[in-house]
Amino acid sequence: MDGFPILSIMLLVPLAGAIICLFVEANAARWTALLATFATFALGVMLWANYDIGGDQWQFTERAELVAGFSYALGIDGISLLLIMLSVFLMPICVLASWGAIQKRVGEYMSAFLFMETLMIGTFAAQDIFLFYVFFEAGLIPMYLIIGVWGGDNRIYASYKFFLYTLIGSVLMLIAMFWMVALAGTSDIPTLMQYDFPAGAQTWLWLAFFASFAVKVPMWPFHTWLPDAHVQAPTAGSVILAGVLLKLGGYGFLRFSLPMFPQASADFAWLVFALSMVAVVYTSLVALVQHDMKKLIAYSSVAHMAIVTVGLFAFNVQGLEGAVIIMLSHGLVSGALFLCVGVIYDRLHTREIERYGALSNNMPYYALFFLLFTMASIGLPGTSGFVGEFLSLAGIYQVSTTVALICTTGIILGAAYMLYLYRRVAFGPEKNEDAQAMGDISPREWAMLAPIAAVVMWMGVYPESFLAPMRADIAALDARIAAAAPASDSQLAVGTPKADAANAVPYVESHSNDAKDGEH
Amino acid sequence: MHSILFVVFAPLAAAIIAGFGNRMLGNTGAKLVTTGALFLSAALSWPIFIGFLTGSASAEVVPVLQWVRSGDMTFDWALRVDTLTAVMLVVINTVSALVHLYSWGYMDEDPSQPRFFAYLSLFTFAMLMLVTADNLVQMFFGWEGVGLASYLLIGFWYHKPSAGAAAIKAFVVNRVGDLGFMLGIFGTYLVFSTTSIPEILEAAASMSGATIGFLGARWPTMDILCILLFIGAMGKSAQLGLHTWLPDAMEGPTPVSALIHAATMVTAGVFMVCRLSPMFEAAPIALAMVTVVGAATCFFAATIGTTQWDIKRVIAYSTCSQLGYMFFAAGVGAYGAAMFHLFTHAFFKALLFLGAGSVIHAMHHEQDMRYYGGLRKRIPITFWAMMAGTLAITGLGVYHLGAGFAGFWSKDAIIEVAFARGTGAASFAFWMGVIAALLTSFYSWRLMFLTFWGTPRWIESEHIQHCVHKTPEEAGADTTGGYHPHESPWVMLIPLIVLTVGAVAAGQIFAPAFLDSADFWGGSIFYNENLIHAMHEVPYWVKYSAFVVMLLGLSGAVYAYLLKPDVPAKFVSAVAPLHNFVFRKWYFDELYDAIFVKPAFWFGHQFWKLGDIATIDRFGPNGVAWAVQRGAVAAKSIQSGYLYTYALIMLLGLIAATTYALL
Repeated sequence: MDGFPILSIMLLVPLAGAIICLFVEANAARWTALLATFATFALGVMLWANYDIGGDQWQFTERAELVAGFSYALGIDGISLLLIMLSVFLMPICVLASWGAIQKRVGEYMSAFLFMETLMIGTFAAQDIFLFYVFFEAGLIPMYLIIGVWGGDNRIYASYKFFLYTLIGSVLMLIAMFWMVALAGTSDIPTLMQYDFPAGAQTWLWLAFFASFAVKVPMWPFHTWLPDAHVQAPTAGSVILAGVLLKLGGYGFLRFSLPMFPQASADFAWLVFALSMVAVVYTSLVALVQHDMKKLIAYSSVAHMAIVTVGLFAFNVQGLEGAVIIMLSHGLVSGALFLCVGVIYDRLHTREIERYGALSNNMPYYALFFLLFTMASIGLPGTSGFVGEFLSLAGIYQVSTTVALICTTGIILGAAYMLYLYRRVAFGPEKNEDAQAMGDISPREWAMLAPIAAVVMWMGVYPESFLAPMRADIAALDARIAAAAPASDSQLAVGTPKADAANAVPYVESHSNDAKDGEH
Repeated sequence: MHSILFVVFAPLAAAIIAGFGNRMLGNTGAKLVTTGALFLSAALSWPIFIGFLTGSASAEVVPVLQWVRSGDMTFDWALRVDTLTAVMLVVINTVSALVHLYSWGYMDEDPSQPRFFAYLSLFTFAMLMLVTADNLVQMFFGWEGVGLASYLLIGFWYHKPSAGAAAIKAFVVNRVGDLGFMLGIFGTYLVFSTTSIPEILEAAASMSGATIGFLGARWPTMDILCILLFIGAMGKSAQLGLHTWLPDAMEGPTPVSALIHAATMVTAGVFMVCRLSPMFEAAPIALAMVTVVGAATCFFAATIGTTQWDIKRVIAYSTCSQLGYMFFAAGVGAYGAAMFHLFTHAFFKALLFLGAGSVIHAMHHEQDMRYYGGLRKRIPITFWAMMAGTLAITGLGVYHLGAGFAGFWSKDAIIEVAFARGTGAASFAFWMGVIAALLTSFYSWRLMFLTFWGTPRWIESEHIQHCVHKTPEEAGADTTGGYHPHESPWVMLIPLIVLTVGAVAAGQIFAPAFLDSADFWGGSIFYNENLIHAMHEVPYWVKYSAFVVMLLGLSGAVYAYLLKPDVPAKFVSAVAPLHNFVFRKWYFDELYDAIFVKPAFWFGHQFWKLGDIATIDRFGPNGVAWAVQRGAVAAKSIQSGYLYTYALIMLLGLIAATTYALL
């Protein structure tokens, strides 16, 4: 791959597609978008195939100096690779999901999506902090448009809320970035990741970044934009929002907060834990009482992302790797769940749970897919959800048993709200005639759901494919932050082992039962 | 290739083929594939078991695939075969194969048979993964896998709201246990730096004096780990507190109840404690908890069993109660006895459930015993099979003759060993075990008498009324309503007959190996030689206690349900409050509904409406928007367009700037 600027090409292909889409009629735009996203996915597969596991930390690097120290620098490590793969994998599926559902301004819509793909790949590949900022923030604009133009009835409120929340956090981050670059004398991210900022400054810098990432994750109580945005967004918008945009926050913590401010990260771990614990219990319970399918899944996302944040701040390998796996898994699973909602929304045009029921009758394959993703969402072993959740919680247990206990209640609450949803949609008596008249999934919908299902199972049964690329990067990060790691509350003291087993009994002399019968 | 690979993966392959080939294969194809796979697995399991029985086999681990490598934490897919696994293999595959066969008849009229058989085979696969696990995480995989299959099968008739509710309840209550299991795995990894079961068991004794922090307090390490793991076992095995899902699980088709909710899945908790027995032997407090919980459950569930009218619910509570016996056997250190009871119970309880299914089949889906009666002559093979099951569960056998039905050997051993152990918890377990044996005999014979003896009361049943198109008034004196119960087809009777052999003979044949042979177990469980010796030395009154209370229970049932059929109603009205308390299952469902379910929904609603909308949104984004808007209004009034206001503002600004510069 020497000299072949694959990352730049991956940025350019969707960008070119986006421009073409603006000038062609609806059907041509659909095919252009599909072609462009497939081409980008193919490039992604090439990227993965050529990524050298155990090689250099930063691979496929490209660099061009621009004005005033601001450079066009790209490069990826294993974590970036996985998140880029997630993005390029979901994109063609999003185009398919929008195939018939979007009828107005199709060219602009596809263009927005392709533009977004460029920005997402750019965010994960940027090696210059300002380049990162540009990609990171510009991603807001197409999403804002997708919700605001192609969204539901209350789309304006939702898009403003989305924009306001995410922008306010970002402003603080930008100021912090200027300060850091001035101090360290470079805007190169790999260099900054090794730079030791003074302890006092770390606190403020950490908080400034936190303001941005906490909104993106989103962490409680900065989460209220998410349900509204999801409910109003078109299906594919929700898929990208849940699948990729929510991962930007976690990626930010991994790439900036933890390696650049390890001390402050350790100092503020309690804050992250507290907010995450609240999120798990609070948003799970809120999810339980929702009547709108998308809202329910949106709230469940907040609960799941809370397991990501505790894993990230567990300061050990299991926590970090678990967090990345949940990010990938949640991207796939919640994306798939939104697609499942979209499938029936396209037929009945309502997200109201009560309007469905007994879909197992007339849509058996749909019910099967929905069941699989429901089970993956509640972390059934053998699916991707379990691997991430298990590692992340195992990581946090090594730091705090209390946090682990509270966060693990998520497996009970998650089962409750997801199965309750599934029961109301797929089981029960046949109460709505129009819901019973819906046909099972079409070949196009098979093409959307089956690949995700396959990857969800793959990641659950053989996660090594996903753990291997990031192993060295996580180990490096763990080494960088290990010194600041908080103490465990377990404090094992081995003591003196007992001599006997608990049920040890002395040997009873045999007596002939017949002879001593009368004694008892 | 090791035969265990076929044993475990044949059911999975069959489940996938039957599940996805649904329409292409048709009913018969799906049934042939799944049932064939299970008979293959069963046929391959027995040689493995016999190998361990004769001492010619030794424990081994067959690697399958790498699973997770994360830092120091590694666990792989692998199949462990040792004596303990071999016992479970024959139990699971034999019962599963028979249940598959039985379902050919029982589910004959069901429209979605491929789905049913696919789920049954999927369940079997998950259960096999559980018992062959070499590390705690794979055990958890099987654990959750059987939970999924159980959920799907309880909710198999998904159009019934009660089935949907029962399925969720089973899954969620089990998840409460799984919370404990997961934390137990995390804690175990923290302490031993591994999830490999053999490595943990080897190191367990060295940690018996250790202490550890948990939730801000110090605890004995092994006790807290074992308690956490045992909470998992309590969920899966429906022990007191986490038992509420099991009776409701009877919403599933009867073959499911026989396979999952009697013979195999619900015994997973007992299996887990036995598998980890060297770990529990380093945890005296946890063992006392196992003993007390097991003993309390065996009594509690038996009391409820005496009052229920639904034939399947009686057997369900009986299962819950028998699991209690297995747990307190493990708690006092007799893991071999616990596994032996698991083994014999699998046969006679599957027999009772399948027999009940045959009765239900004969009675046009009626499950209420009040509408049975007089069926002895009508369905004789089912009757004799149920008779064998009842004699086995009540434990008919005479010590001095050295002969008895399966339950005599296993249950009496448990009662004796609890007495022999002699600690406070063990004595409690002994007395609970004896009282529960009395109740077991009573409710089992009650079931038999109500079903097979007396006069027919069939016309009272709505199901029968639908069938014969008559009301009780129209039927008049003929309380059969002209209904003709018919014996089940041979595909259903053959499994009954095979299980009858097990219920009669399994105890007699296998007692020496399971109870008395350390060699048989080959180190796969903690084998307490001295305790087993002491068990054999208990006084005669202990050895005969179970036999005597069995006769008492039988006499009570004969008196109340054969000789004086009006006695039960009088007795019930005399002790109405007590009866209600027991009949309503000690009010556990009502209690949990009030303290968990309702508050969860209430809090969810409050968090949503008051938290998100009225607080966070109001002061957050909406508040900001409001402030910006007010600011804009203020700013607008300044931008009046008149020159003099601008001049004034400029002047004020100039003064402010000058002042700032001067100071």
